[in-house]
Amino acid sequence: MKKVMVGNHAVSWGARLARVEVISAYPITPQTQVVEALSEMCADGRLAARFIKVESEHSAMAACIGASAAGARAFTATSSQGLALMHEMLHWAANGRHPVVLANINRSLAPGWNIWTDQSDSLAQRDTGWIQLYCETNQEVLDTTIMAFKLAERLDLPVMLVLDAFYLSHTAEPVEIPDQDAVDAFLPPRQARYRLDVGDPRAFGGLVRPDAYMEMRWYLNEALRQAEVVYEEVEAEWARASGRRYGAVEAYRTDGAEVVLVTSGTMTSTARFVVDRLRERGEPVGVVKVKMFRPFPSETLRRVLHGVDRVAVLDRNLSPGRGGIFAEELRAALYAGDGFLRPAVFGYIVGLGGRDVTPRVLEEIVARTMREETPRREDLWVGVSP
Amino acid sequence: MTQIRFAGRLPEEDLVTSGHLACPGCAAPLAMRLVLKALGPKTIVVMPASCWSIIAGPWPQSSLRVPLYHTAFEAGAATASGIRAALDQRGDTETTVMVWAGDGGTFDIGLQALSGAAERNENILYVCYDNEAYMNTGIQRSSATPWGAWTTTTPERHPEASPKKDILAIMAAHRIPYAATATVGYPLDLVEKVRRARAVRGTRFLHILSPCPPGWKYPDEATIELSRMAVRCRIFPLVEVEYGQRWRLSFDPAPPEPVGPYLRKQGRFRHLAEPDVAYIQREVDARWDMVVRRVRESNGASGDWEPATAIGVGGEPPGMPT
Repeated sequence: MKKVMVGNHAVSWGARLARVEVISAYPITPQTQVVEALSEMCADGRLAARFIKVESEHSAMAACIGASAAGARAFTATSSQGLALMHEMLHWAANGRHPVVLANINRSLAPGWNIWTDQSDSLAQRDTGWIQLYCETNQEVLDTTIMAFKLAERLDLPVMLVLDAFYLSHTAEPVEIPDQDAVDAFLPPRQARYRLDVGDPRAFGGLVRPDAYMEMRWYLNEALRQAEVVYEEVEAEWARASGRRYGAVEAYRTDGAEVVLVTSGTMTSTARFVVDRLRERGEPVGVVKVKMFRPFPSETLRRVLHGVDRVAVLDRNLSPGRGGIFAEELRAALYAGDGFLRPAVFGYIVGLGGRDVTPRVLEEIVARTMREETPRREDLWVGVSP
Repeated sequence: MTQIRFAGRLPEEDLVTSGHLACPGCAAPLAMRLVLKALGPKTIVVMPASCWSIIAGPWPQSSLRVPLYHTAFEAGAATASGIRAALDQRGDTETTVMVWAGDGGTFDIGLQALSGAAERNENILYVCYDNEAYMNTGIQRSSATPWGAWTTTTPERHPEASPKKDILAIMAAHRIPYAATATVGYPLDLVEKVRRARAVRGTRFLHILSPCPPGWKYPDEATIELSRMAVRCRIFPLVEVEYGQRWRLSFDPAPPEPVGPYLRKQGRFRHLAEPDVAYIQREVDARWDMVVRRVRESNGASGDWEPATAIGVGGEPPGMPT
């Protein structure tokens, strides 16, 4: 069945089709439509979940963690300040190995108040141990929501799917809604490896001394290291049911490309459009879309960027005092490649706080990347007039 | 005045093991032992950061024979809400989900989540064992620290200047079905209150005074005596509140003991001069009068309080599976 829906409702549909058992959330713009739709679904019985309407995002994540520890499939959604408030519990979910799924609608952090898209909220959580998946279209949002549960439950890791405020969250697109039967076959009810059980009493999350804490973190890191491979397996399985797959990393028209735009989220669609136009003019330009940010798909990126001369990274985010976060991570990934012909990485800070990143902006970035001999500084701010 | 009389025997079975890591004389493991005796093995314990995070023992050990989930300091009631929801989803409405939190995790950092859970009337039992300061981090003041007390952040020259927060009244204001106070000095009263709490659905709150030898600076063996003195001098009245409406005294120490001996037994009050003690006595008397007034008013013409019922066709709460 095809339906025209906004990105936020694609999240709600994904959670519904995944038959989440416990939802806990707190309202924040631009996430609210996600939980409004889920409230309706719960109220009219289309979704047999318990919706705990908590008093803060911190409690939302805590409730999801509790539900997950007791064996349930748990879900929440938030944005920006809400995600920042959750920070402590994001660590808790990952270290506790609870497969909670969270949809984050990328939004800027205050002050000043700004409700528009900016990846700084989710990227500030990169060290919490969550898998992070960035989406480009509403179809991808729905598919990724369903896949996120499978991925999370296979690895006992929490998964955050991420979509741009307004450009996806409030923009309607046609979305193919998979049959419930197909989703049920792909994603059976959760079978928790460990859960709070009065028949088998155990303590979870207590004091761990230095002689064991490091091993605990090692296991967490190992699980994340497997996540890219497991994600590709999950996607392959979902592709058999749905006919759609996205890849942790997607290379678009990179054959013979001398300049490759590295993108994430909705900027990718703009980049595809620009690359198509430039290719018509004979300019050797391509796109690499990074869907999976955590774990960072370093080897895959080394492979797809092998032999490329110049890479232009579009960062709709900022690590103040450092620069764009995707560019920083990419440089580190490329540097680690042994005996590897490294492309020059040109970083561009664009579109903060929802500022539009138009085809013209991207064409200027491509032209500049071709023109410069070497990156003059680590990251250039595009279109700022301080 | 009603006085609770416990009928029946305490179960032999202990759900707290020996070898736990509490300080000698600590009231907190004794309180846990009594509460779990009353609740039985079908209990899941949620524990935000507190002394009990240590008492429970390091991985891979546990001093509890029931499932235990350690959670973040401010997250006790919210974590319990999630566990409750998951159990309900699986059809397990019998298991009790109990938060076991200190005064810091209840009066201070955990109050928001607790208020949220109570307002939603989550079907959980929340127990606060109150040792009147942040004892696990080394005796810093909390909003449960009484006026005049020494702590490491309220030194003798500037002792605690605020009165203790009235947590029971705060919880009663949420109109939860059951809230009560108890001490390990009156174990049968404590156990009976846990049983009453267990028999009710919705949010239940139990406030247990938990004397702390190193924090209050008294000899280890005086814990039970101090617990009783706190009740007898009316500094810690034993009460029950149903739906925030019906207040009941569990025990009326008439005539009451003066507060002086209770305070003088504890090193944390040794700097207090006689006028300070007299001030505390006046405060205690005034607060007792307030409790008595609440009890008298709720015994008046109001009759039985009728709790809210679920709104919706067929009486099924929204969001519940059929």
